[in-house]
Amino acid sequence: MSRTDRGSSPEDPVFVTPGETPAAAAADLRIEGLRKSFGAEEVLRGIDLAVAPHEVVCLIGASGSGKSTLLRCVNLLERIDAGAIWLGGQLITGPGVDENLVRRHIGIVFQSFNLFPHMTVERNITLAPMKVLGLSRAEAAERATELLDRFGLAEKRSDYPDRLSGGQQQRVAIIRALAMRPRLMLLDEVTSALDPELVADVLDVIRELANGGMTMLIATHEMGFARDIASRVCFLADGQIVEQAPPGQLFTEPSDERTRRFLRRIVDAGRM
Amino acid sequence: MAEAQGLPDLSARRSRLLGSSDRRGLVLSIASTVVVLAAVLAVFLLAPGSRQVRHTFFNPTDMWRAFVGKPSAGYYSVGEALWLNIRMFVTAEILILILALVVAVVRQSTGPVLLPLRLVGTVYVDVARGVPLILIIFAIGFGVPALQIRGISSQSAAVYGVAALVFSYSAYVSEVYRAGLSSVHRSQAAAARSLGLSGWASMRHVVLPQAIRIIIPPLLNDFISLQKDTALVGLLGSIEANKAAELYSDTVFNYSSYTVAAILFLLLTIPLARFTDHLIARDQARRLAGARL
Repeated sequence: MSRTDRGSSPEDPVFVTPGETPAAAAADLRIEGLRKSFGAEEVLRGIDLAVAPHEVVCLIGASGSGKSTLLRCVNLLERIDAGAIWLGGQLITGPGVDENLVRRHIGIVFQSFNLFPHMTVERNITLAPMKVLGLSRAEAAERATELLDRFGLAEKRSDYPDRLSGGQQQRVAIIRALAMRPRLMLLDEVTSALDPELVADVLDVIRELANGGMTMLIATHEMGFARDIASRVCFLADGQIVEQAPPGQLFTEPSDERTRRFLRRIVDAGRM
Repeated sequence: MAEAQGLPDLSARRSRLLGSSDRRGLVLSIASTVVVLAAVLAVFLLAPGSRQVRHTFFNPTDMWRAFVGKPSAGYYSVGEALWLNIRMFVTAEILILILALVVAVVRQSTGPVLLPLRLVGTVYVDVARGVPLILIIFAIGFGVPALQIRGISSQSAAVYGVAALVFSYSAYVSEVYRAGLSSVHRSQAAAARSLGLSGWASMRHVVLPQAIRIIIPPLLNDFISLQKDTALVGLLGSIEANKAAELYSDTVFNYSSYTVAAILFLLLTIPLARFTDHLIARDQARRLAGARL
């Protein structure tokens, strides 16, 4: 029996030891037959989706179509009922998986920011690198400084979250996730709770991440942004992926009637 | 042009006006306080039995004697006895904080394996809150010694008293904890877990610190109540402040000793209340000001 016989591809190991995560590492995500119910209501009814390294996939669809639930399932915040999810070739759902280990590699940003209100901006960012990756305070602070400088929030370092605007809070939330150097980022309608004039700043940050090669799965209502940034757009309805295509194709010549109806409503509402 | 010149003048006049109304408010509030206190004092002094009550409850000589005590005459210092109350409630508070947290966490737990523990927790809280404290004190204070268990049945009355207080108050405090824990929105724990923090780490660094800020006022409320209820342990024979006051009144037939005990209990509880107000105000100011590290 050879020692390398472990069923995972050695050239793309997701579960490297703390501190060794390469900055630009990206991982592919594969979802097969994913089902999730809340009580009697089946929210996801068999999702198949693959996201290649460095790919940016946008999920669009009406509220309640299952976008958020799908992201929460990928981050193991919800237990799935059926199907399987692989990250970097390794199965992350099922018995015996250390979910804390998996989550180190998957950053998620929520619609409602969810910053820790009792901690300064810097502490929000350094908490997980220190407690999860075992970085020293100085190392973690250096990571935070680097990211805050990069996204123009350096002077907010010592502020508490409720002193920041929504846009600033959301950018801090993105930085907090990035400080773990994740190999996949999940963004759950990150601009939906923002005033319109604050949306652009947050979208700029995401655009920069995309340009930097970050693998991302993004649930969004911003159709213009999705068309701009996505390598692929998936339209969800009734817990299923109805249609997926490059944005140029999906937005201009959708093949499914439900997609056409959804996009027409968006256009009528002046959102595109 | 005219308006621009008029503006600073106007605002200056307004601030003068506001200033004088501030001063007027202060004078008014002092005056009304004095009037009310004088009225209450007048009623007390002019009541038909005032002389008798003042002699029985507020006699300075008796108050001083009760405060310093005289064991050879059959009564003990109320001031010294208060030290026992302090030791009892400090010990009880520490034990309550720990036991109540355990009970709260158990009752908050999910998962079928812990169901028996959850049941025990629920029954305990129902019983401890439902039975009057005085009965719990009697049950433990007289029941445990009667059991004649080596090492456990030979403690002092104060120990059984503290045990009874811990038993009763942990139930209340565990409910305070539970309210605090559930008032921290679930999304906070989700955010912490999503960063890879373990369940315990997210409890320790994210949920508990926020819950504690919320529970400090109700927790303090329970502790003030606990400080007073240490007086009930005197029923088991411990010479705490209230019992010492009782011994004085039994010996000298003057109730001024109880007034001394009341004043001492007041002196204990008021600083604690002010200190907590200070903590809350400081926390709020720091968060709103975005203070430097």
